Amino acid sequence: MKTPPLLSAVPALTSRHIAALAVLLALACALPFLIGNYRVFQLTLALVYAIALLGLNMLTGYNGQISLGHGAFYAIGAYTAAILMDHNVLPYWATIPVAGIVCLVIGFLFGLPALRLEGLYLALATFALGVAMPQILKHNSIEPWTGGSQGIVITKPDPPAWLPVSQDQWLYMFTLAWTVLLFFAAWNLLRGRIGRALVAIRDQPVAAQAMGVNTALYKSLAFGVSALYTGIAGALGAIAVQFVAPDSFSFFLSITFVVGVVVGGLASISGALYGALFIVFIPNIADQISKAAPWAIYGVFLIGLMYLMPSGVAGAIRIARRRWFDRERPSAAQRAASPPARDVQV
Amino acid sequence: MDLLLHQALSGLATGGIYASVALALVMIYQATHLVNFAQGEMAMFSTYLAWSLMQAGVPYWGAFAITVVAAFVGGVLIERVVVQPVENSPILSLVIVFIGLLVIFNSVAGWIFTYTIKPFPSPFPEQPLFGNRYLSSHDMGSTAVTLVVLSLVFVFFRFTPLGLAMRAAAQNPVSSRLVGVRVGWMLALGWGLASAIGAVAGIMVAPVVFLEPNMMGGILLYAFAGALLGGIDSPGGAVLGGFIVGVLENVIGVYVGSELKLTMALVIIVGVLVVRPAGLFGKVHVARV
Repeated sequence: MKTPPLLSAVPALTSRHIAALAVLLALACALPFLIGNYRVFQLTLALVYAIALLGLNMLTGYNGQISLGHGAFYAIGAYTAAILMDHNVLPYWATIPVAGIVCLVIGFLFGLPALRLEGLYLALATFALGVAMPQILKHNSIEPWTGGSQGIVITKPDPPAWLPVSQDQWLYMFTLAWTVLLFFAAWNLLRGRIGRALVAIRDQPVAAQAMGVNTALYKSLAFGVSALYTGIAGALGAIAVQFVAPDSFSFFLSITFVVGVVVGGLASISGALYGALFIVFIPNIADQISKAAPWAIYGVFLIGLMYLMPSGVAGAIRIARRRWFDRERPSAAQRAASPPARDVQV
Repeated sequence: MDLLLHQALSGLATGGIYASVALALVMIYQATHLVNFAQGEMAMFSTYLAWSLMQAGVPYWGAFAITVVAAFVGGVLIERVVVQPVENSPILSLVIVFIGLLVIFNSVAGWIFTYTIKPFPSPFPEQPLFGNRYLSSHDMGSTAVTLVVLSLVFVFFRFTPLGLAMRAAAQNPVSSRLVGVRVGWMLALGWGLASAIGAVAGIMVAPVVFLEPNMMGGILLYAFAGALLGGIDSPGGAVLGGFIVGVLENVIGVYVGSELKLTMALVIIVGVLVVRPAGLFGKVHVARV
């Protein structure tokens, strides 16, 4: 196996990777012109979920903190955007960063006590947050803003006049731009010192602290950034669906995110995309069998993957690629692997 | 004042249900240091089993007994088949497996029994017992059943060799194995007992909240709150915590409004974890680095 000079939480980008990403991006830009409006809407939703899953994966996959309540942050982001648009405070594109910042602050504040809550306890606290969120949104005291259990209807944004695309295509492009930006930001955040610190806290918390990593700060920051991503996803999702209501952010939304992260692959950036495609399209297919079928499939996938493929789809692809790559150039792999082995023998 | 008393007393009745579920959670926690997120859904599924038996003509207490036994066997099977293979994995994988179980039980119940809300019979008479004005007979009856279950569990752990073996296996698995306790089976037994206790709680609460696949969601949350409040490694504390949460829930429901009941559970959970993570009666753990 090739070892980079400095350990990094994410793989470095080679020129081959960049070329592949450019092709992928070109395809993603061309796709909405080749398929119908409903499919475009579904893809937009998949991008939205990919952002949320990336946020949750930074927390759970890279930092090892379990959150069963990220649906709550998604809801806060969605409501922030919806309220700002409903009261004509901001245009739709300006609500996205605001939603992100609101969630960053709330996530950071929730993360502060969460520092004391390890593993299971954090899972419990976030579980409670996820279950309680719809009730908080329905409460009378904030009804003038949230519209109570009726929710808020949002108008679909129009594309700029100079661009000859439909509303759905424009929304897809808008979401795609945010997705690219946030994925790049996540990669950049994880590849250096911060990413290394997050992984160190996950794997060896005591050693990380002894090495001078400010565990408390990094853990609450991870929670804050994760909430930021999920909040932005919530805002984009609200605009795409054109509607927010307390019951669309039930506890099962949080579980959907966990399913997406696990299926896509823990501690993997590309995994967020696979997971998002899974949680958008599998229910569509499974719904034809029974209303309960998507969830049964989710459950079977959750348990099955934990037994068979804990690194998810991204891990499976990584293994397949390594196998193919090693067969192609066995000498390179051997050269990289041999020095440490010789050292051990001496 | 009359209203407060009324609410506090009926809070005790629901608190009894939370106490049973909290006790089931603590049993699994003590044995494995894990919190079973699927506990509520397992109880819900058992309750559906009891309902189907009654629909098939089995008398109430017969269905009750069959369900409790079936829940016990089911709990043992789940531990052996699903949980045991991943026993030594990181907490994250285990939590995901539990969430998987939760989702499967929930969706299978929805698939088989549909999502329509069903009434569930109560074994207790319509009229309030002993002519009291405060408690319905179902409240009194279910509290009595809860107390009976709790004392049975206490007697089992305190006075039987098997109970002693289970406590030993939970406290020090290595030494227990050396003196001949089959630790793996003790864990499975713990799951079985927890599942059976959950089934009793489900059957007792179903007449109040009605039978539907999501009926245990809120109850599980209150049970978590109760278990944490009392101390998640203290069975007695968890039971007391369950009762306290039940009373608080009802009293706060009167004065603050019932829309924030779940939020109250959230506040209790976060508050306990921040102020005193060991709970009221739990042991404070000191980890040696």
